[in-house]
Amino acid sequence: MRIAAAFEKAKAEGRAALGIFITAGDPDLDTSRQILMGLPEQGVDFVELGMPFSDPMADGPSIQAASLRALKAGVKLADVLALATEFRAAHPDVPLILMGYYNPIYIYGVDRFLNEAKAAGVDGLIMVDLPPEEDQELCLPARDAGLDFIRLITPTTDDNRMPVVLANSSGFVYYVSITGITGTRSASADSIKAAMERIRNASDLPAVVGFGIKTADQVREAATHADGVVVGSAVVDELANSLDEKGAATSATVSKTLALAKELASGRQRDV
Amino acid sequence: MNDQTAMNSYRNQPDEDGRFGIHGGRFVAETLMPLILNVEKAWKDSLTDQDFIDELNYYRKHYIGRPSAMYFAERLTAHFGGAKLYMKRDELNHTGAHKINNVLGQALLAKRMGKTKIIAETGAGQHGVASATACALFDMECEVFMGAEDVERQKPNVDRMRLLGAKVHPVTSGTGTLKDAMNEALRYWVSNAETHFYIIGTAAGPHPYPAMVRDFQSIIGIEAREQIIEAEGKLPDAIVACIGGGSNALGLFHPFLDDESVDIYGVEAAGKGIETGDHAASLTGGVPGVLHGNRTYLLQDADGQIKDAYSISAGLDYPGIGPEHAWLHETGRVNYVSATDEDALEYFRLCSRLEGIIPALEPSHALAFIGSMIGDMDKDQVVLMNMCGRGDKDLGAVLPMLEERGQL
Repeated sequence: MRIAAAFEKAKAEGRAALGIFITAGDPDLDTSRQILMGLPEQGVDFVELGMPFSDPMADGPSIQAASLRALKAGVKLADVLALATEFRAAHPDVPLILMGYYNPIYIYGVDRFLNEAKAAGVDGLIMVDLPPEEDQELCLPARDAGLDFIRLITPTTDDNRMPVVLANSSGFVYYVSITGITGTRSASADSIKAAMERIRNASDLPAVVGFGIKTADQVREAATHADGVVVGSAVVDELANSLDEKGAATSATVSKTLALAKELASGRQRDV
Repeated sequence: MNDQTAMNSYRNQPDEDGRFGIHGGRFVAETLMPLILNVEKAWKDSLTDQDFIDELNYYRKHYIGRPSAMYFAERLTAHFGGAKLYMKRDELNHTGAHKINNVLGQALLAKRMGKTKIIAETGAGQHGVASATACALFDMECEVFMGAEDVERQKPNVDRMRLLGAKVHPVTSGTGTLKDAMNEALRYWVSNAETHFYIIGTAAGPHPYPAMVRDFQSIIGIEAREQIIEAEGKLPDAIVACIGGGSNALGLFHPFLDDESVDIYGVEAAGKGIETGDHAASLTGGVPGVLHGNRTYLLQDADGQIKDAYSISAGLDYPGIGPEHAWLHETGRVNYVSATDEDALEYFRLCSRLEGIIPALEPSHALAFIGSMIGDMDKDQVVLMNMCGRGDKDLGAVLPMLEERGQL
């Protein structure tokens, strides 16, 4: 419900919804908590919280490094769920989506994870390495538990495959705007526009674009065509640039990261 | 060939979703799914395409040099004083290991699909060299991903790849070994999905790779089964192969799986010893999880984070294992055992001195296990091992250690 409401609200205000990705526990739990808690005030409409994994095969160098910083800080899946609980207590209406890879959940136990995520106030899941061919693993159990399973559509997803990918997805549709890993190249406005049309022809869910969007201008451009826009690597980079030589947080880490989120939120308004 | 019905056979895996029991599957990003489905279709079509089969057989015979020899290791047999030891000589293949069996098959498949750009990951460098070789032969571009640490310890193979025209990408992410090379190769494939074909080097990864690689490698066991029957008039009592990802082992094992009288042993790398934690024995020391496109046994911590594998052998230094091995382990059809660095080193030298065959460190693990059991077998029994690679590439690592021990 929170996801639908957030997109309705943005739509009513004539703008796109902005989602920000950060990795839980990067560079440490306390700093990460401060950033997470502060995001909604900057104009962020929904949050994607990355669950650190040792082998993030769809992520570029920025988010790989973020994952490793969090793991080095000793962050566990249980800590991510605890962060989610705190976020929900502070922000009852802001959608929270957990994003990551399947193995840590598989090892934690699917039912245990889903029960605890639901109880923590998580709204949806994005699992990079679970295509529809593996829906019985987590997608169907997640839906039974009342969590949205948000699916990635990519430039390689053709019209024949689109219905397969959308079949059990809910919440919103996440369009990966490039054939590539996170935080590398950027897609053209034309290709985003064409993809959004394809998705809208196939689904009534809000269409969100991500991967390769780094600046407020790019947010503004994507917002012209999409219902929502996600920025990840650029935020993680801003955080990383504020760290000291040992990779530890400095007094500027929280403020600089949140300042970028605020700047990105200024792009939510559509070009007219 | 076998009298067991399909229902009871160990040879009819995986199911149509690529599952070997609970293992295998297709755990990949959506960007790769359409490609993997295309590879599966092209591979299945190729199975009944006589032109493809003829072309593959042509290159197997005239380029790889198949069938590889079956050799009775007389001096090692005498040394052990037990069962007769035979070696399937896949180290005599062009490029010096079994890897080329799979690479030629996949390269021909890529060619059939109209792809001219190849991606490969490599640990010891044997799969990288085989891929670079096939790309030279078929006029394809070749991008090889290799852990930065492995680039250092396997320099002769890096030089060979460069000479053959491949581009070698040293991978510094993670720990800079085979696992990270595979992550990086997958990332590169995601980024170049429309143009490139990924030749995975072992019987792991998303479906159809585990089954496809096994089938291309099964030529080892198909030949060996005929050759040993010709030599001994009977099936062997035991067959043995080393296991990293497990493609040479599956290649040998698969045609024998329904021969109930044949004991089968897969030898994992115990590194400094299983109890030290520094090893690469995924079945002995791991639990099921999901990595690199498949569910299988993985070395990992209690929170599902993948641990680094360790072995003296760069080709076995991987924290997972092919999903069919995971299934064969759970069914009990194959016995999985392990051998340490020290054991492998000892048999590396022994085989060189007694047989005039310098084995790679990988099959030296298989020899080490054989050394621990063959002496207790009867003299009329037969053990067959896969000599899956030659040891030239390992001299840089091995010679200083032997020198230190005064064994040169």
